[in-house]
Amino acid sequence: MKHTLLAAGGHTGYYQAYSVLGLVAVLGVLFVAASFAANRLLRPDVPGAEKYTVYECGVDPVGEGWAHTQIRYYVYAFLYVIFAVDAIYLFPWATVFAAPGFGATTLVEMFVFIGFLAVGLLYAWRTGVLRWI
Amino acid sequence: MNSLLGLLIAAPLLGAAVLLLGGRFVDRVAPVLGSALAGLSFVLGAILFSNLLGKPASGRAIDSDLFTWMHVGTFKADAAFHLDQLSMTFVLLITGVGTLIHIYSIGYMAHDEKRRKFFGYLNLFLAAMLILVLADNYLLLYVGWEGVGLASYLLIGFWQHKPSAATAAKKAFLVNRVGDIGLAVAVFLMFTTFGTFTFQGILHPSVVSSAGQGKATALGLVLLLAACGKSAQVPLQSWLGDAMEGPTPVSALIHAATMVTAGVYLITRSSAIFNAAPTAQLAVVCVGAVTLLFGAIVGCAKDDIKKALAGSTMSQIGYMILAAGLGPIGYVFAIMHLVTHGFFKAGLFLGAGSIMHAREDEVDMRKYGGLWKKMPWTFATFGLGYLAIIGFPGLSGFFSKDKIIEAAFAKGGTEGWILGGAALLGAAITAYYMSRIMVMTFFGKPRYTTKAEGGTSPEAHESPAVMVAPMVVLAVGSVFAGGFFSLGSRFLHWLEPVTGHSEGHSPVSTGVLTAATIVLMLLGMGLAWFQYGMREVPAAAPRSIWPVRLARRDLGQDDFNHAVFVRGGTRFADGLAEFDAKGVDGAVRGVAGAVGGGSSRLRKLQNGYVRSYAFSMFGGAVLIVAATLFMRAV
Amino acid sequence: MSATAVAAPAVHSLWTTAAAAPIHAPKIEYAQLSPILVVLGAAVAGILVEAFVPRRARYGTQLAVTLIGLAGAFAAVVGLAATGYATTKADLAAMGSIAVDGPSLFLQGTLILVTAVGVLAIAERGLEPQSREVPHVDAFAPQAAAVPGSEDEKAAARAGWSTTEVFPLTLFALSGMLVFPAAGDLLTLFIGLEILSLPLYLMCALARRRRLLSQESAVKYFLLGAFASAFFLFGTALLYGYAGTLDLGGIAKVVTGDAAPNAALNASAHGDALLLIGGAMIVMGLLFKVGAVPFHAWTPDVYQGAPTPITGFMAAATKVAAFGALLRLLYVALPEMRWDWRPVMWGVAILTMALGAIVAVTQTDVKRMLAYSSIAHAGFLLTGVIAGNKQGVSAVLFYLAAYSFVTLGAFAVVTLVRDAGGEATHLSRWDGLGRRSPLVAVTFALFLLAFAGIPLTSGFSGKFAVFSAAAKGGAVPLVVVGVLCSAVAAFFYVRVIVRMFFAEPRADGPSVAVPSALTGTAIAVGAAATLVLGVFPQWAFDLADKASVFIR
Repeated sequence: MKHTLLAAGGHTGYYQAYSVLGLVAVLGVLFVAASFAANRLLRPDVPGAEKYTVYECGVDPVGEGWAHTQIRYYVYAFLYVIFAVDAIYLFPWATVFAAPGFGATTLVEMFVFIGFLAVGLLYAWRTGVLRWI
Repeated sequence: MNSLLGLLIAAPLLGAAVLLLGGRFVDRVAPVLGSALAGLSFVLGAILFSNLLGKPASGRAIDSDLFTWMHVGTFKADAAFHLDQLSMTFVLLITGVGTLIHIYSIGYMAHDEKRRKFFGYLNLFLAAMLILVLADNYLLLYVGWEGVGLASYLLIGFWQHKPSAATAAKKAFLVNRVGDIGLAVAVFLMFTTFGTFTFQGILHPSVVSSAGQGKATALGLVLLLAACGKSAQVPLQSWLGDAMEGPTPVSALIHAATMVTAGVYLITRSSAIFNAAPTAQLAVVCVGAVTLLFGAIVGCAKDDIKKALAGSTMSQIGYMILAAGLGPIGYVFAIMHLVTHGFFKAGLFLGAGSIMHAREDEVDMRKYGGLWKKMPWTFATFGLGYLAIIGFPGLSGFFSKDKIIEAAFAKGGTEGWILGGAALLGAAITAYYMSRIMVMTFFGKPRYTTKAEGGTSPEAHESPAVMVAPMVVLAVGSVFAGGFFSLGSRFLHWLEPVTGHSEGHSPVSTGVLTAATIVLMLLGMGLAWFQYGMREVPAAAPRSIWPVRLARRDLGQDDFNHAVFVRGGTRFADGLAEFDAKGVDGAVRGVAGAVGGGSSRLRKLQNGYVRSYAFSMFGGAVLIVAATLFMRAV
Repeated sequence: MSATAVAAPAVHSLWTTAAAAPIHAPKIEYAQLSPILVVLGAAVAGILVEAFVPRRARYGTQLAVTLIGLAGAFAAVVGLAATGYATTKADLAAMGSIAVDGPSLFLQGTLILVTAVGVLAIAERGLEPQSREVPHVDAFAPQAAAVPGSEDEKAAARAGWSTTEVFPLTLFALSGMLVFPAAGDLLTLFIGLEILSLPLYLMCALARRRRLLSQESAVKYFLLGAFASAFFLFGTALLYGYAGTLDLGGIAKVVTGDAAPNAALNASAHGDALLLIGGAMIVMGLLFKVGAVPFHAWTPDVYQGAPTPITGFMAAATKVAAFGALLRLLYVALPEMRWDWRPVMWGVAILTMALGAIVAVTQTDVKRMLAYSSIAHAGFLLTGVIAGNKQGVSAVLFYLAAYSFVTLGAFAVVTLVRDAGGEATHLSRWDGLGRRSPLVAVTFALFLLAFAGIPLTSGFSGKFAVFSAAAKGGAVPLVVVGVLCSAVAAFFYVRVIVRMFFAEPRADGPSVAVPSALTGTAIAVGAAATLVLGVFPQWAFDLADKASVFIR
């Protein structure tokens, strides 16, 4: 096998650069663990029902932690993504479609692509998600 | 002709499919359809037979490759058939006797609600049995082997509402499994040794000898185990008596004429292996000799007519196995006895069925007596079968059995004397127990009171023509088949190209032997007549000395099995059950207890929280990356 | 205008200098891509049907569009195979991103057939209780967006609405599956993965009954699937970093040293760490899809929660597609790395077989039991993958075809056994089913025997093929473990058969719904395939054997 796990010689520096990162991570974990452990050892431990309620900036919590979110936002986010992807794809295409060797086929293909997005939009419109009630 | 071979099997297979899947629509035509397809199969067999006869003796074979079932690497399994003189003999016997018994069943099962299923199973049996004898390789033979086992199981337990029938079916199934394991091991062993399953590739003296004698002996012994299971030979004989719980046509076809002889077929077919393994052959003759006496003794003590006949079947197959174990001097006579036995034993069973049909399924011979006047046809056909089986000069059994006794003596040395003596003794006992059946059933005064006379028994009457006709045909076969085969050694010349044949030299001359056989036969008959014909037969079995009691209990076969296997097995199972109690839910028994315990422990990992799943995925990913790197590092 | 005229070339030159080489117009071989394109076209047509066809006519139109699309796609596959793409010539279409070769076409054909059978079960509308106002009720939520148990949901059910979107969603999933085993580079592979996954996540959430369970399963599947996709993408990045190319063939060349690795990488660091870690992570993404241990955790929950026809489709088709992709990745991109991946895959295969078989023993829900059984089967399939020879490829191809039809049939039978609460999936409810509806019980028994690998069923042929290939490839211990696990697995399959035929039927036991021709056909096709591939497997072996050469 001519491959080796870590190549010999000067390339080790590449990995050494990461060792600092690893060291920081280890230190961070140790710091948190040590402080929590110290806290646990030093503090008095008197549990009570009051203390188990959710902390909401000093206000008594209302309702449960689980709640429904309005699904419509998701639809708008989704439509935004569709158009954003559309735009991202259109820009580079716009720079080359007139170049020699591209021509009509490229143009048609882009319209096919936009056509697909249009189908999605049509579907969204027909199923009524574009109406804000 | 090749396609006819496929058609031969396809006909009953189609019948089974139509009858079993057809539902109520085919209820009315079931008996006729089933019988017609069996008959068609016989006609096809006859056409093939005439075709074979037209070929020169050395090249009498027809091959038919249906398809390659599987071809993976060096493993190649074909669904291919090979018809030669040996399988032809079986085909004619199976389809011929099979058709007769189908026709008989039209009358016998006329009032049964599940007729359609019955004929479906019978057709299934025919198809499986034909596959068994026509297969050109051991794997396909195994398929047929399991198929007949399945059909036998279904038919023994046909009246499953009777607990005894259900138990008998289960027993037959279990005991047969032991034998089937033998065949399975043989098939594996053949593949690892020879790299093929085909008869052509294995059954050649040079091929077998290349494997060495040890391998050949091992193969012979496992094949013998298989034969013991299917053919009810000691030590796997215990299921046959109970199998009589099935409808009587089934006993006649499967448990007398055909399926139980599959073991003889297997040994004869594998002659090349046995010829190369004298130790295995010795085991075969021992099994045969022991069983022929065992079955005969059991047959003497039974009051149930079907069980007495079952003992006789066991004993007669013992003769065949003995002959097959003798090697080339015996193969032909084993098969010849098999065919004549197929005629007379099927006839005897059909006769017994006819009596039961007339007497509302009464099987106790002590409640028979004097039936010859009431059932003349049954008496005549049964009587001819009786004369044939005891070897009355001129009838079928005389020719075939005599040859086996002669061959046993021709084995030579002490062995020859012992085997020949056993065979002779068996002939005497056969005459005794068969005469006993004959006398108790047909002669003397009726030992029952009919309803007209204020008793409980129905008036005996002759069976309908549809049942009598097959009995007559079989009786004709019982009378003439042996003579026909022996005339000019026809049967010998027919089978010789397949099985080979060598003449032995008996230390006792043929004339003396024949005379001795006849004398012993007469002795047996006389003793039975003295015991049962001269005196009144008591209605209940009298208390007897211990050997008789032992024989009534099948020589303790079930007690032995119970003590050794059932009790041991129960203890083993109890241990496992206890082990299982530690498993959770009691869902799993036996060995699976360990699996169950591990399973429910592992199951807790599946706690339903997606975060735990993601964590386990992450852990797995770390492990896999680490393992990949580690594998490279080392 | 002049200002723009001056500025424009400057911008343009900025672009062109950054892109060192001129961009060439891609060459697209539409004919070779036709199976995928036909399916995608049918899916888009399905969306339009959903938008413009009146609600009453939608079901019929959707079913017609779907089946016609599938027929067209299958015809395209057969056409390509007939012109020799499967055997004599093979091609990398669309600039190397789609391989048109034997394994591709074999798996695509299998997938299309599997989907066609799956669609029949999905289209069933006769099993749920019906009323005069709502004569047809399918297995899916009347309105997926309505909160479970809400008034909206009840109103939608009363109005007889149904989520006919499942048909285009199925087609979209299928198009991803068609791309997946045919992908010629890692990005296409990823796109195939996502296209097949996203519709499946949605479809899992669509159950009409027990909707919360269904939605929970969909969220789980989605989250874990996203997690797995992340692994996959990360692996792709690492491999690109190593090889400087995304082509599977190109990566193979770099691994063997026939081509130079990434120039940038050469300058900074060199080593196989990127290759090893990247390859492992991509394989993990695929192992998630096939449900191999330790990436199997989603399987039982999702199989149980998803609507049963969807479970059947998903269990059958996803496995085919994912194993196809795994084969291509390991045999095309990383064949020279087999000394690295084989030991690890050994471990994965052993764990998968053992865990699937063992945990299935204590399952009490038939869908969960089948889920664990599918995990065990993934393990059996992995042994064929590990074989590392041509025989292994053809064995896996055969196994996939055989297994998928058994699975479809089994899940289709599960939809039939019902009580007041919908499908009666608890195993204790199946007691004595054989007495009450022998035909259904016998059919299910046939599928279970095939799962267990009893001879004369397709399960045996497949298992035999993969095990013998693995044994030939030197993995005898693996085969031994596989056979042992098969024995354990046979136990719980047979236990169900025993329950069905020997246990006393319960008085309050479930009834067996009489299926319409749709589900009936699906079950019949499944049973027929199981028997035919068991009794006459040779033609399928030959087909798989001919189709078992990958194009580089």
